[in-house]
Amino acid sequence: MNELVSAVPYLGKRNPMAARWLIIIIALVAPIIAWQFGKSWVRILDFALLYMMLALGLNLVVGFAGLLDLGYIAFYAVGAYTFAFLASPHFDIHMPFWLVLPLGAAFAALAGIMLGFPVLRLRGDYLAIVTLGFGEIIRIFMLNLNYPINITNGPQGINMIDPINLFGWDLSRNLQVTETFSINSLFLYYYFFLLCVAGSILFIQRLQISRVGRAWAAMRDDELAAKAIGINTRNMKLLAFSLGATFGGVAGALFGAFQGFVSPESFSLMESIAVLTMVVFGGMGNIAGAIVGAFVLALLPEILRDVAVPLQQTLFGTVILDPEVLRMLLLSLAMILMMLLRPSGMIPARARYAHRENMKQEGAQ
Amino acid sequence: METLIQQLINGLVIGSVYALIALGYTMVYGILGLINFAHGDVLMVGALTALQTMMFLMGVAPGMSPIAMLTIALMVAIPVSMTIGFLMERLAYRRLRNAPRLAPLITAIGMSFLLQTLAMIIWGRNYHTFPQLISTTPLEPIAGVFITPVQVVIILASAAIMIGLSLLVTRTKIGRAMRATAENHRVASLMGVDTNAVIAFTFVVGAALAAVAGVMYASNYGIAHYGMGFMPGLKAFTAAVLGGIGNLGGAMLGGIVLGLVESFGAGYIEHMTFGFLNSSYQDIFAFIILGLVLIFKPTGLLGERVSDRA
Repeated sequence: MNELVSAVPYLGKRNPMAARWLIIIIALVAPIIAWQFGKSWVRILDFALLYMMLALGLNLVVGFAGLLDLGYIAFYAVGAYTFAFLASPHFDIHMPFWLVLPLGAAFAALAGIMLGFPVLRLRGDYLAIVTLGFGEIIRIFMLNLNYPINITNGPQGINMIDPINLFGWDLSRNLQVTETFSINSLFLYYYFFLLCVAGSILFIQRLQISRVGRAWAAMRDDELAAKAIGINTRNMKLLAFSLGATFGGVAGALFGAFQGFVSPESFSLMESIAVLTMVVFGGMGNIAGAIVGAFVLALLPEILRDVAVPLQQTLFGTVILDPEVLRMLLLSLAMILMMLLRPSGMIPARARYAHRENMKQEGAQ
Repeated sequence: METLIQQLINGLVIGSVYALIALGYTMVYGILGLINFAHGDVLMVGALTALQTMMFLMGVAPGMSPIAMLTIALMVAIPVSMTIGFLMERLAYRRLRNAPRLAPLITAIGMSFLLQTLAMIIWGRNYHTFPQLISTTPLEPIAGVFITPVQVVIILASAAIMIGLSLLVTRTKIGRAMRATAENHRVASLMGVDTNAVIAFTFVVGAALAAVAGVMYASNYGIAHYGMGFMPGLKAFTAAVLGGIGNLGGAMLGGIVLGLVESFGAGYIEHMTFGFLNSSYQDIFAFIILGLVLIFKPTGLLGERVSDRA
């Protein structure tokens, strides 16, 4: 939370407590405001929260450990498909949510380790390409494993996935509070996802200042030096891949349950790149960056969709740039321009030494 | 036996296209240490520009001979691709030469998607039929093996281009400057080489090769669309790594080997896995080869550079 708090303009530095409450209040009332613009905006916020989880997970790998992973969406896919296999009429298995979620996370983590082992020796751009290949392989299998035995149902994907069910409380049904007042299921999902994101932030924040987080930072800044001071870089890399993948897997499982439908189309390279852009845009290596990046880049295309399409219609009479094109244009330009103009992102990661202030004070004494 | 030779020829054809693309990757990597992710998309721009030119010519002069039409299309497509290559280097990559190692790569990915989006805006999302100006009806079968004129042209043209490029790099002044810059920027510039110009030149040559490869690729398959550059780009990168990145001969060898592996793989995978996997898994071979090479022999078949450069 601290990073997020200090990222609030003006208030963050002067009154952290007020900034903290401001964030909490905004997070809580956001769907209610969105509801005023229409139901679809609440759904968009739900997806934005899922993107935040993805960005947080990818940020562990790219930002903290410095391993550029271009196949991150594969873990999202593993989580989503695990959920689809174990809780849908496809195989006629309906396992409870609390069992499937950890399984999805575990399978994704396993996939992370499977990817991690062979690429341990690779760095930088080679690593990026191999991870990209890994993502594509997963996607090709999803597309084609409907023959000779139908496992993934091919390009059609799997539908009618069970919704999230928290101990008998079905999130896909509107919650009837009184006879006239009910809470839409989109809100229920929103607050549940918000809880998940908040949990992730707390976890990652502790992780960042832990021994592991510091080891990652050391490895990212200078692998040789990190090895020399006794950091087991192999284990640290595997841990980064598997933990990052775990977040992807959890987000994927939530995505499958929320959408009720998964297909290979949702896990294209473009999505990996989109998540990477969110991390890059917000600022690599810091939690607030990932959150802000995901929020802005998940919402902006939707806002553009609402603004740009009618605007084009009035100006030119037809729609020249359809929303999907606009989204791609936005993401690619965001990536290039950020790298050229502000490589550390909207919210640059703070000093790499966690206790610089303390060190200065000690020096003064 | 006939299938074997048939696959061999198919592999050779697609392999020589990969080799042409791989040369562009490897030249840029050799000089800048940058994987120009957008290289495959330069290929796409080349192919679609050629398509546009052909469409225009067919409208203006319907009776024009196919060879003349193809030549004019190439004459338009190559400069357009070269301009894009030049602009990419000048506007983006040059500013990032001293940036942290992830920055140029991320920019290159952004560039790739930007080119695809622009192509989508100009040419739409649909698949376009690419006019196959050189006949694709097989010639008289030799020993039961079919080969089409377009395949013959692809093999001969890529061989000629590769010989030309080798001569350019080994025998000319600018070629020597390129090699010097690849070895060491600063020392090269101290020796009076205008390294900026050399780097720009490398991008432009690579883009020209990509444009030719794009026209070949589209002619061979008869299809062009905005995303067509991605897969061949990735595979050509694999070819460059397989041959030893930074090494021109390696890129050519890697391209041919990859083409052959893919062709044989697609032909026999169903047989090998007892029908479990079929030829729709063709694209996997490139990634598996890439993984294996990087793990077991990161220097590639002919290279001597270490992989840890980045």
